Amino acid sequence: MAYITLISTWIIPCFILIILVMAVKKKLPAYELFVEGGKEGIEMAFTLLPFLLGMIVAISILRSSGALEAFVGVISPILIKFGVPPEIIPLAFSRPISGTAALGIMSELTETYGPDSFIGRLAATMQGSTDTTLYILTVYFGAVGIQKMRYALKVGLLADLAGMIAAITIVYWVFG
Amino acid sequence: MVNLIWAFMAIVGIVYAMFNGTMGDVNKALFESANEAVTLSIGLISVLVFWLGMMNIAKHAGVLDKLATLFKPFIHWLFPDIPKGHPAIGYILSNFTANLFGLGTAATPMGLKAMEEMKRLEASPVASRSMITFLALNTSSVTLIPTKVIAIRMQYGSVSPTEIVGTSILATLISTICAISLDRLFHHISKG
Repeated sequence: MAYITLISTWIIPCFILIILVMAVKKKLPAYELFVEGGKEGIEMAFTLLPFLLGMIVAISILRSSGALEAFVGVISPILIKFGVPPEIIPLAFSRPISGTAALGIMSELTETYGPDSFIGRLAATMQGSTDTTLYILTVYFGAVGIQKMRYALKVGLLADLAGMIAAITIVYWVFG
Repeated sequence: MVNLIWAFMAIVGIVYAMFNGTMGDVNKALFESANEAVTLSIGLISVLVFWLGMMNIAKHAGVLDKLATLFKPFIHWLFPDIPKGHPAIGYILSNFTANLFGLGTAATPMGLKAMEEMKRLEASPVASRSMITFLALNTSSVTLIPTKVIAIRMQYGSVSPTEIVGTSILATLISTICAISLDRLFHHISKG
């Protein structure tokens, strides 16, 4: 475990080192290249803004109205029959839609049930094992001006579902 | 589909608020979240400028090409539509590596560069097969160390904050395998 943590703190500085050493060896104008590439970043951030804003606002309307909670309330009894712990259901539904909301729910669950409880471990596994599908699709497609995502959303959400089921099964199996 | 989902989320929210007395909350959230989105986008500038600058040096110094030749067979199997030696491959690999080590902030700029290169292959506003495969892998996120999650567990006094790393890797592996399989399946369906 300690190795993995060590690697993740070393990898970026070492990667930068390799790039710069190779640039110097090849006598490239490193600083000028950096500035030239960096300029693109500003443009990219502004291209992204409307895509991100539109999506975040729509999600916040859905959440703040209470509709998402009501939906979870309706669907919970069915999921409980399949062995899904009811406490985890709001997290499972928020995870693919909103990264900040999911992180908030996850830390709330950790605080309420304790990090070393079954729910605490399950929440952490769920949070750590997938990414925010809607955010990723919005940002990546938005930045390069793709209007038709085709089957990308279907694949992303179904893979999330598989990840959730896997997280519940694995945590039951390892810690249950 | 995105257009529908997007409109649907807002419509459902507003209609629900009409009948449940939460219009005040919706009104407040509307402007707060718009503000939050701007802060988020502006916050991305620092990371984007730094990494795109670094990656520009890496590209000219040939670091990306070296990375690409190292993983050639694997990448070619995942992305059959990207020609061998195309610059997109170097960016895709940098994005995967950054994600693997939980470096989300470094992963995004590299991923965006990869998307740009893939768009150059097929200049159209419709997502290409390679783009969808790439994003399917990104949304299922193969991460070795979920840094944020471990930090939260530490904050609430876990005896062993990192004990969920194993279960997360296993779950992530399953969702990634599903993502690759589903991506292949839908690609074949869409081809008819």
